[in-house]
Amino acid sequence: MADFDIKMIAEELKNYDGEEVRIMEVCGTHTAAISENGIPSMLSEKIKLISGPGCPVCVTVTAVIDKLIELSMRSDTVVLTFGDLIRVKGTFKSLAEAKGEGANVKMVYSPMETVKLAKEDPSHTYVFAAIGFETTTPVYATVLEEAVKNNLNNLKLLTSLKTMPEVIRFVVKNGGGVDGFIAPGHVATITGSNIYKELSKELQIPFVVSGFEGTQLLLTIYSLVKMKGKGGFKNLYKSAVREEGNIKAKEIIQKFFEPSDASWRGMGKIPGSGLILREEYRKFDAGSDMLDEDNMPPGCRCADVLVGKIKPADCPLFGKKCTPDTAHGACMVSTEGSCYNYFISGRR
Amino acid sequence: MCVAIPGRVISIDGRKATVDFSGNTVIADAGLVDTKVGDRVLVHAGCIIQTMNDELADEVESLMKEIEDLSN
Amino acid sequence: MKVTMAHGSGGESTSGLIKNVFAKYFNNDILNRLEDSAVVPGNSRLAMTTDSFVVTPIEFPGGNIGRLSVCGTVNDLLMSGSKPMYITCGFILEEGLDLDDLERQVKALSECAKEAGVTIVTGDTKVIENRGGEPGLIINTSGVGFIPDGSEAIGPSNLKDGDVIILSGNLGDHHAAILSKRMGIENNIQSDAAPLTEAVGNLMAQKIRVHAMRDVTRGGLGTVLNEFAESSDCEIDLYEEKLPVSSEVRDFCGLLGLDPIYMGNEGKFVLSVHADDAKKALSIIRGSKYCENAVVIGEVKKNNRAVDMHRVILNTAIGGKRVVGLMYGEGLPRIC
Repeated sequence: MADFDIKMIAEELKNYDGEEVRIMEVCGTHTAAISENGIPSMLSEKIKLISGPGCPVCVTVTAVIDKLIELSMRSDTVVLTFGDLIRVKGTFKSLAEAKGEGANVKMVYSPMETVKLAKEDPSHTYVFAAIGFETTTPVYATVLEEAVKNNLNNLKLLTSLKTMPEVIRFVVKNGGGVDGFIAPGHVATITGSNIYKELSKELQIPFVVSGFEGTQLLLTIYSLVKMKGKGGFKNLYKSAVREEGNIKAKEIIQKFFEPSDASWRGMGKIPGSGLILREEYRKFDAGSDMLDEDNMPPGCRCADVLVGKIKPADCPLFGKKCTPDTAHGACMVSTEGSCYNYFISGRR
Repeated sequence: MCVAIPGRVISIDGRKATVDFSGNTVIADAGLVDTKVGDRVLVHAGCIIQTMNDELADEVESLMKEIEDLSN
Repeated sequence: MKVTMAHGSGGESTSGLIKNVFAKYFNNDILNRLEDSAVVPGNSRLAMTTDSFVVTPIEFPGGNIGRLSVCGTVNDLLMSGSKPMYITCGFILEEGLDLDDLERQVKALSECAKEAGVTIVTGDTKVIENRGGEPGLIINTSGVGFIPDGSEAIGPSNLKDGDVIILSGNLGDHHAAILSKRMGIENNIQSDAAPLTEAVGNLMAQKIRVHAMRDVTRGGLGTVLNEFAESSDCEIDLYEEKLPVSSEVRDFCGLLGLDPIYMGNEGKFVLSVHADDAKKALSIIRGSKYCENAVVIGEVKKNNRAVDMHRVILNTAIGGKRVVGLMYGEGLPRIC
């Protein structure tokens, strides 16, 4: 029975012939899941999927990379990072290139390893490249809690932390027009679904919180097509996303971080769209203040891609000068970047 | 951004939980949630970020019910 | 006992090492002559290959660098349709390496060579200074295989319209086994390092019309099939539901954001066979050692293909289609 229903839904999405619907997924993991499942090939031409600014690597400004490289060149400092960030170019080079020249850069699976390394080796300062959205921020807060508890003076974070609501407002105001949002599922496990319900009312645009399976995404897209023009909100990821979110996680974020303005690659400074360490915990900061400079490579239209003004393939560099091997912008580097996903899975 | 997949808690020691993913076990921080052995949990970057409610399994059947109101 | 620079001096210590470790395991008439070069009986058409092995750790679940260094070279010889005959091995040892560790690798190498039916005909040992960290070793093996007279050419440019694509077993085991140790994830995933002599030998003996064959190593299935599609100017259609991946490896990939289609293997091959021979080929492969999970994963479309040529298309489980591109970067774990 259910099988029959999902087939019907797939058919309806393929044959849709109403007004054009522009749907934005703001989460990079959704972007990757949509490509992996081949979902664009299952939709009518009239349903356009647009990738939003939810890949943290892609929205990190060059000043942050430059600062990380500077730190990693010091003989007493080790920079720890997730895999994706390591290949993104700063103004002149990437952390991977710096590493090749002898810089101390180490890739880890979890920021929690920073605590372990800092404890074991007091002769070095361990700096974690703390980029991310609301999902990852409580992990950094947990690292700090351990650092406080263990009195670690050689553990620091270089933070470039972003939050979703303000950048979504920015995209609505400055982007190419969005008829519906696929709300970021794992961000919502922390923040709760209510903030997206409120956003849907405020912006008069429908939001649907989605899981990451192919069928879940199809049902989400179907819902948003149906909800176009009517507004409204749905949570289709109830097993993980509660209305109020994860209260413990929100409390620990509050304890260590406070809202701030944040610089987004290609978009400039967006008020209230980020988090920084609270005054009393600034001693754990590796120099995150004023990292606003953003030296985009000439011709790179990452910014227009991130707000949905153009599709990756509309950028003159896409697939020509800019491929995953010769990436100009971060969107072509990260495996969650929109350009990377369009390129690698043949989307146009 | 946020790769997280569900696994099952097989033991807890203080704020560290051992979580199983089809035979892969990872030690994850359990400080952000209230969890017990047997729970299905979402792990992101070495931390459990939420316990899953298995009654709301997000299977196709239950999701279809959620969107019934749209199907006309 | 540890390896010292003296073991590479060419003097007494070197002779001792050769006698006590290498000759003990690599015992055969050709090698025992210990001449400057091995003189061996030949064939009119030879396949030759060489490969170096630098894996760390040198021992991992399901395998070790010794076994790997035979499998890699033997499998490369097999893929051109040849019968592997002779291999050479060069050892580069780091000062400080434990002699027991070395001996275990020499033994593993020798056992795997026996299993694969190749003779180790000559070898070399050098010692280098420690590069920092745990002292390790590097092995290079070269191999020669005989191509049977009158056999048809096998190669990536020979794919024909309607060919069936068969994969010899589960994807990603080797890569996952190695990465698990590095990433601190506990599991029972074993490397698949294995010589494919039996499966390929059986296919050849039964005169299966194999058009192309490749062992699925670094870069994974996605990389190999892109090479096929490019060289043969065709489209390859794959079915996601058919791709064999164990649930353990699937979740391992999920944890790190990896795609099994790009994961390395050391005992798997993929082949493109004439459609009429596909059923027989599959049963032959399944009946051969290390290949019980073999499965048909797709087909070749050369005529009536889409305008966009030579590409690999994956038909996804939910009914979508996507291009499987080349792998970029080093296949770094994705976490954010």
